[in-house]
Amino acid sequence: MSELRDLYQEVILDHYKRPRNFGPLEEADHKAEGHNPLCGDRVTIYLVMDGNVIRNISFQGGGCAISTASASLMTETLKGKNLAEVETLFEEFHDMLTGDPSQPAAPAQGKLAVFSGVREFPARVKCATLSWHTLQAALKEQKEPISTE
Amino acid sequence: MKSLVTPPVLSPLASLDVVRLREDFPILKQKVHGKPLVYLDNAATSQKPQAVIDSEVKLYSEYFSNVHRGVHLLSQQSTDAYEKARDKVQHFLNAKSSEEIIFTRGTTEGINLVAQTFGRQHVQVGDEILISAMEHHSNIVPWQMLCAEKGAILKVIPINDEGEILIDEYEKLLSERTRLVGIVHLSNALGTINPIEQMIEMAHQRGIPVLVDGAQAVPHIQTDVRSLDCDFYVFSGHKLFGPTGIGVLYGKKEFLETMPPYQGGGDMILSVSFEKTEYNVLPFRFEAGTPNIAGAIALGAAIDYVQEIGLDQIAAYEDKLLTHATEAISEIPGIRLIGTARNKASVLSFLIEGVHPHDIGTILDREGIAIRAGHHCAQPVMERFGVPATARASFAFYNTLEEVDALVSSIRKVQEIFS
Repeated sequence: MSELRDLYQEVILDHYKRPRNFGPLEEADHKAEGHNPLCGDRVTIYLVMDGNVIRNISFQGGGCAISTASASLMTETLKGKNLAEVETLFEEFHDMLTGDPSQPAAPAQGKLAVFSGVREFPARVKCATLSWHTLQAALKEQKEPISTE
Repeated sequence: MKSLVTPPVLSPLASLDVVRLREDFPILKQKVHGKPLVYLDNAATSQKPQAVIDSEVKLYSEYFSNVHRGVHLLSQQSTDAYEKARDKVQHFLNAKSSEEIIFTRGTTEGINLVAQTFGRQHVQVGDEILISAMEHHSNIVPWQMLCAEKGAILKVIPINDEGEILIDEYEKLLSERTRLVGIVHLSNALGTINPIEQMIEMAHQRGIPVLVDGAQAVPHIQTDVRSLDCDFYVFSGHKLFGPTGIGVLYGKKEFLETMPPYQGGGDMILSVSFEKTEYNVLPFRFEAGTPNIAGAIALGAAIDYVQEIGLDQIAAYEDKLLTHATEAISEIPGIRLIGTARNKASVLSFLIEGVHPHDIGTILDREGIAIRAGHHCAQPVMERFGVPATARASFAFYNTLEEVDALVSSIRKVQEIFS
């Protein structure tokens, strides 16, 4: 039960029930769709870029608690960040999710640390990273929908 | 001498000794995350009794060789065991002859075989293939591929909100252009048992052959292909407590005899020269290459095992399990059942308000309960009910009322976490 409580922390449940930065951005200049065929989750990321800085970001789509909260917290974290910072944050986030569960979790910055419990649930790593992969596709302006498979 | 004491009359339910039967399945003693395994994912695949495991061990340790080839003893013994397995399938389905039993890799290959042989032979531009809105992807995609190749049209029989076929709509869709009806016997996503006998009769009145997808049905209901009068019936060994990689296509001899071969190779020929090849007789004509010998023999062992218990007994017991589960889950606030047909078996698809099925699956797993969360390879069914996925508990005869209760209390735990 404690691992479940670690996974479904209050912050995650809060962002699942009341996702932030939710809905399309009309002025978006970058956009991409992501799909996790395993659970049917779909997410769309909208971006307004100012040079290499994310001026505004939002997401839309339905999914599980982990993928929805991850998208919501990602948008909160990345607003105002430049591309180099985004890349570092994703690397740290990814390392935290896929690290050896017997070792202490690699630190992730700020609120993203609430996802440290995910590494005990390898089947759920894709849920947590779907929005981040979709973000990368949006930054590259990929035309084809991306997939976690 | 006649005893004066009348023995108690056992109901079918009372005569199914589940505690003893569970002993036959080594995996059911496993613990998952420190909890006793509660395996409720039987619609995805079933667990294997010791008799099935032993049959493969015995083959490989005592008499394994290739079939239909050698004059040596082992080849003869393997061939006898392989062909005996075919006879077991024949009697299991009540087919007229063992020539009508083709071993395949599974249900999917059986349907592809019919689509690529019978389908390519009989379907022309503008013809129609009729399937239902509750088909598994395996009974959709092979027909889409055939229709794309031939310029034919895939038509879909609609279902109601309970997940039942709309028979009047079905009747309207049977047309002069319909070349085949493909229908699932028992829906893996909804649990609906379709009125296939009636549907087959309606198709036959118009001279249209019918393929029945029995993957989900054979472990739960007695199937008699002659009384159904279906033209093709397909199923997989692994859902019937047998191994993966083996399945069965039953086809009426009159169809199989006129169908072109599916794959070419060894065993499906009588003679080969570079000028001309003469194909083998049924059923070998459709079994190119060295077959899944161990799989077929172990499937035979699984059929023996199931028949010893009796499918009528199994069906009666599972009906009680499903009824109990349905009633208990319906009492929980915030639960929506997907698939509420009057005639149902073994499958309970559900949603918990405010919780994604994937999260339900993760939380139940930590309680030792294995269910499926997802679209169950039936995305059009999910679309019909306007949901991306469901959580699905699916039962076998080795599940108990106590396991159903564990499921119910874990669902309450899910709600607690998400409250």
